[in-house]
Amino acid sequence: MSQIVVEDLKKSFKVARRQSGLLNSFKGFIKREYETIQALKGISFELEQGDLTGYIGPNGAGKSTTVKILSGILVPDSGKCEILGRTPWRQRKEHVRHIGVVFGQRTQLWWDVPVIDSFDLLKDIYRIPQQSYTRMKDELVDVLSLQTLLEMPVRQLSLGQKMRCELAASLLHQPPILFLDEPTIGLDAVSKIAVRDFIRKINRERKVTVILTTHDMDDIEALCSRIMVIGKGTILFDGNISQLRNAVIPERIVKIDFLEEPRKLDYSVARLTGQSENHAEFRFNPLKISANELIRTISANNQIKDFIVENPPIEEIVAKMYHGFKL
Amino acid sequence: MKAYISIFRLRVAVQLQYRAAAAAALFTQFFFGFVIIMVYHAFYASSSQVQPMSLQQAVAYAWLGQATFRMQPWNGDQEVMAMIRSGNVAYEMCRPLNLYFLWYSRLVSLRLVPTMMTGIPMFIVVLFLPTGFKAALPVSAAAGGAWFLSIFMALLLGCAISNLITISSMWTIAGDGMQRIFPAVIMVLSGLIVPLAFFPDRLQQLLRFLPFSGLVDIPFRFYLGMIPASDIFSLGLLQLFWTGVFVIIGIRLVSMGMKRVVVQGG
Repeated sequence: MSQIVVEDLKKSFKVARRQSGLLNSFKGFIKREYETIQALKGISFELEQGDLTGYIGPNGAGKSTTVKILSGILVPDSGKCEILGRTPWRQRKEHVRHIGVVFGQRTQLWWDVPVIDSFDLLKDIYRIPQQSYTRMKDELVDVLSLQTLLEMPVRQLSLGQKMRCELAASLLHQPPILFLDEPTIGLDAVSKIAVRDFIRKINRERKVTVILTTHDMDDIEALCSRIMVIGKGTILFDGNISQLRNAVIPERIVKIDFLEEPRKLDYSVARLTGQSENHAEFRFNPLKISANELIRTISANNQIKDFIVENPPIEEIVAKMYHGFKL
Repeated sequence: MKAYISIFRLRVAVQLQYRAAAAAALFTQFFFGFVIIMVYHAFYASSSQVQPMSLQQAVAYAWLGQATFRMQPWNGDQEVMAMIRSGNVAYEMCRPLNLYFLWYSRLVSLRLVPTMMTGIPMFIVVLFLPTGFKAALPVSAAAGGAWFLSIFMALLLGCAISNLITISSMWTIAGDGMQRIFPAVIMVLSGLIVPLAFFPDRLQQLLRFLPFSGLVDIPFRFYLGMIPASDIFSLGLLQLFWTGVFVIIGIRLVSMGMKRVVVQGG
């Protein structure tokens, strides 16, 4: 049986509307106009134990709303959601014992006490037996290299250090399910990699089911076996990453630095999308020509100093997807 | 239960860091204590009528009021209110805890620690002030015991009221309005500004049954021996009753609030 079953989940918010200006403020004072925003228009999916799913979509698409419903914070208008056989908002207290949550933009650690105090408090909150607490804490401290951070007040930690502590805090009670809402937001490259490695590790070794929301396509590529794209409250795509790329933008981007100003830049197999002095950018379809072949073709006419091949950014894929779905 | 006690203990440890605030409060409370007592002196000197309490009692009442000043429900828990405003409350809702008691246990430490840090040193000092300004010890050991029980229940009652102010910010955006209106009214009705004994008789009878006398007037009159120590059973029950009422209202409000919560931003 699936660990997480979501069926036709709907949620709307009422938002007060007001046009700018003092006069309109007075009008709003007397009669307020509300607008109902459909944050979720009926989404459905199922997740199995050990899935590592990326949940992406632009700001305001409904990602966080979904995560908040799954973690028992928000009550949906209608629809079904069962996690380990429980309905999050009805059996909140029992449900949250079995999940871990990290909101990248918020903090669960008490800012004015040392990290270890927050951990000890979580031990009591989740009623973790001393032995398994010590074992899990030591393991997390080791894997996330928190040794030197434990005695420091949270307010003095850098964002990357804090995020590592947050991850540890969310797993002390050994939940089988972990919700990560933008865990890499604002992190530098080193911290991002540390966070990613850790997520991969707990997913593989502990079979923790992970739902990860992010705007960072590299997170998705590095981690997720499955991707769900949400837009305007509906799930637009559900599949793996190459299916997503092929379905939306099968192209790759190659950025090339030349030793001298390039002579010939128009090729039938690749589209020139940008050029400045000794630099050029092409898009090509890897199904039609391999990167290797393309570089060889270009270097036949030009002296290449350096090049990089990358995927179109997530924003572009999602934007294109929206266009395709006429949203 | 252990979780709530741990939260309480951790908050106590945090509160103990705020020594400067304790020193500042000590100064303020001494200042206002002297001002109030000088007003009493003028008041008693200018009136030939028999007053409902002696000048010595009024002086002790004033010092007790200053010593327990920081225990009163002046506001909600600012940190929790900020969490509700910013949406950080999301994390609190992901815990297998009852939000009401989570916030309540924080409040108890928030009120208790500052009161101990300023109230106790201050009260020891005022016992040794010159005549006319000094506070006396409780009239008897029984009165002292009754006072101790009663002031403890006043703490629980005050926290239940404070928690309602905290919870109100689930509905209002700023939450300041509640924090301005309620404490002002409560403090007059509790007898902190003017002892209830000086209120008109008819009003006094009403105020005695309202919850607010349980914050100040009831424990203080035990201390001064104005009510017999044995009344702790009936009056203590009154304090507990109102505490229970506020707690139940608070729990209901929290569960209502959680159904309509919109976690702001992100």
